Amino acid sequence: MKLFWKTGEPYVLATGAALAIILVMSLTLVGTVMTNGLGYFWPRALVQFELKDGSRALGQVTQREKNPISGSGRIQLKVGNRDVFGQDFRWIDENDIVSRSTPADAVLLERSEHGNYFGMLRGVTAEGMSLSAGSPYEKLQQARRLVAGKLDDTRTIKKQMSNLNTTVERLRLKLQKLEYVGKEKNSAEIVELIAVREKTMAEFSSLNEKATATQAEIGRVTAQFSDVAGGSKDISLPEIVTLQRPNSMSFFAKCGAYLERVRELLLDDPRESNTEGGLFPAIFGTVMMVLLMSVFSLPFGVVAAIYLREYARDGLMTRMVRIAVNNLAGVPSIVYGVFGLGFFVYGIGGGIDNLFFPERLPTPTFGTGGILWSSLTLALLTVPVVIVATEESLASIPKGIREGSLALGATKFQTLTKILLPMATPGIMTGLILSMARAAGEVAPLMIVGVVKLAPTLPFDSIYPYFHMDRKFMHLGFHIYDVGFQSPNVEAAKPMVFVTTMLLLAIVIIASSAAIYLRNRMRSKYTTSTF
Amino acid sequence: MAQTQDQSGNDHILTVSNLNLHYGEAQALKGINLDMARHQVTAFIGPSGCGKSTLLRCFNRMNDLVESARVDGSIRFNGDEVNESSTDVIALRRRIGMVFQQSNPFPKSIYENIVYGLRIAGVNDKATLDEAVERSLKSAAIWNEVKDRLNDSALGLSGGQAQRICIARAIAVNPEIILMDEPCSALDPISTLKIEELIEELKSKYTIVIVTHNMQQAARVSDVTAFFYLGELIEAGGTRKIFTNPEKKQTEDYITGRFG
Repeated sequence: MKLFWKTGEPYVLATGAALAIILVMSLTLVGTVMTNGLGYFWPRALVQFELKDGSRALGQVTQREKNPISGSGRIQLKVGNRDVFGQDFRWIDENDIVSRSTPADAVLLERSEHGNYFGMLRGVTAEGMSLSAGSPYEKLQQARRLVAGKLDDTRTIKKQMSNLNTTVERLRLKLQKLEYVGKEKNSAEIVELIAVREKTMAEFSSLNEKATATQAEIGRVTAQFSDVAGGSKDISLPEIVTLQRPNSMSFFAKCGAYLERVRELLLDDPRESNTEGGLFPAIFGTVMMVLLMSVFSLPFGVVAAIYLREYARDGLMTRMVRIAVNNLAGVPSIVYGVFGLGFFVYGIGGGIDNLFFPERLPTPTFGTGGILWSSLTLALLTVPVVIVATEESLASIPKGIREGSLALGATKFQTLTKILLPMATPGIMTGLILSMARAAGEVAPLMIVGVVKLAPTLPFDSIYPYFHMDRKFMHLGFHIYDVGFQSPNVEAAKPMVFVTTMLLLAIVIIASSAAIYLRNRMRSKYTTSTF
Repeated sequence: MAQTQDQSGNDHILTVSNLNLHYGEAQALKGINLDMARHQVTAFIGPSGCGKSTLLRCFNRMNDLVESARVDGSIRFNGDEVNESSTDVIALRRRIGMVFQQSNPFPKSIYENIVYGLRIAGVNDKATLDEAVERSLKSAAIWNEVKDRLNDSALGLSGGQAQRICIARAIAVNPEIILMDEPCSALDPISTLKIEELIEELKSKYTIVIVTHNMQQAARVSDVTAFFYLGELIEAGGTRKIFTNPEKKQTEDYITGRFG
């Protein structure tokens, strides 16, 4: 028994157990997120229940649990039709169920407003369209294809309108600037600008009329549905985002629908206060913010570490700086957020506005939260990580290597750039990976320096100067908080939270894996050794 | 080139006079006076901590890297003072090469290791570099072993090969002196033998100063031997004389293994 303790066996077991607990916890976390997130897009069957009181319910079964009072099971049913029934979900006691069936022609509509609609298709009214197909469902599909073409047209027109809008706004600002610097109201320059603005505005209104006309036209194409409670509803076709008959879909059709939803998630804009639709702006915002952050924090961190490790004399001052840097990494992130707001947004941003955009004031340009300030704030937050990692990897390079280089007549700087930095790259990359993972997951500071619930435009687009550093952006981490806890319909948004979490995890994992791959390639290049 | 000659007409490439070195409060070298002749192998022997490596590192000012080190006294290299702040350390180190106890190849290809000294001196002409690689690898007697894999990483070489690559790297910049700080202490007997043969060959072109713990090695390769003890130079002279008929009792005791 004494030997048992002496050999350290219990401690080995304890370390093993600790590792196992950590593994199980992380796997549970990832597993929960994956099962809830991945299942969300699968077209589930629409089940129709006949209840004892004679009423009927149609919907997707989302949960089953035991009623703690009666002891029998109860089912949570997503009944949709929020505009008709008032809520998306209802609980049904299993004792009340007389029969259940899956009607083959039950349709699932995803609408651009009011959530899903579950019901039966009754007919299609399409003025001015000749529909050749037979059954109402086929007719509806044909009509949708025709409408889709027109919808695309209106979308292009809308885009043109938004571009014209930008132009008008720029002209307005230019005029204001001219007035600001004291030009006469009737000077040639101003008159010319006003003329251009009038012309653009006329163009805008003609486009607007066209768009309204097309919208009215396709708005007249409607389909009639009846719900399970016997009510009927006319829904105009542009409102219908997807149309499915999940009960009569084959496995492959369901796979297709699933992939289509994944595509929508990754590439489309959100709808219905973010609880439906895609996440593209949030994905884009997160990735761009993290990349910008790396661009700021990596060079600064590396340079600072080089100075600290290679050039600064090792004294009290250096040691204090080092301790300060190490402790910076532990400052609560919200503190950085407040600092970013005060220093970057109000200080620097306000200064930029006063200097370069005085004509726009009091509307701030840079003097308000934006992607630039967010990245800088997070760069400040993560720079200690880069510094520490770089310093440690520089310190771990054997003395002999430095001396070997110096003994050959290399200067300190040559030794640094040609030998030490390449050898330190794997360590620097480790720092970068850690800082990227941290930055991608940070939400609190972003909430005060530039993240918004819904950004109308991306921080990068085709309008000069392409990168709009002053724009606010969307972020997956904030999206989770917003959709999960701030949305009007939390229960319906639950799957979206899991999906968003999964995506955020995926982005962090992909970014880290890429960096780890690079690091391992470098490591094998710089540290292969036979000893 | 200014040259110093003593009465016997020997051509001295390095002249150390009254050299003291302190690490902080501790004195590591005490009043060293020593001359080293051109194209000869000088061996420094002595027990650990006697200051022989420290003296070696004074010749190419590697002690500058040790913050607490303080040197006074004079070292003349071809008549020029080494220990002056105005001395161009970079140029000095190019003319006085060094090989370390632990082989320290850079994490680069064999080729890039050899041309490193030339590249940092601004030589980038491919033909010159190729010529230097072949010449120095041949001089270091390793050309036949590595000529087919010059672009492989030097980190994949064995200890003895890596040490010869380091010697070749030092030769590539055409120094006048090669300082060797216990170059064989981490090597097996066969590699040691190869390095010793190499030293014998290099002697014709370069002046070599070697620090060694191995007295047989000193006896085999050196022309002149200097014995150090506790920071002092006890005795220096022809190797044969030191090993057969030392003047000082301490030297005799050390060589016969009575202490140290």
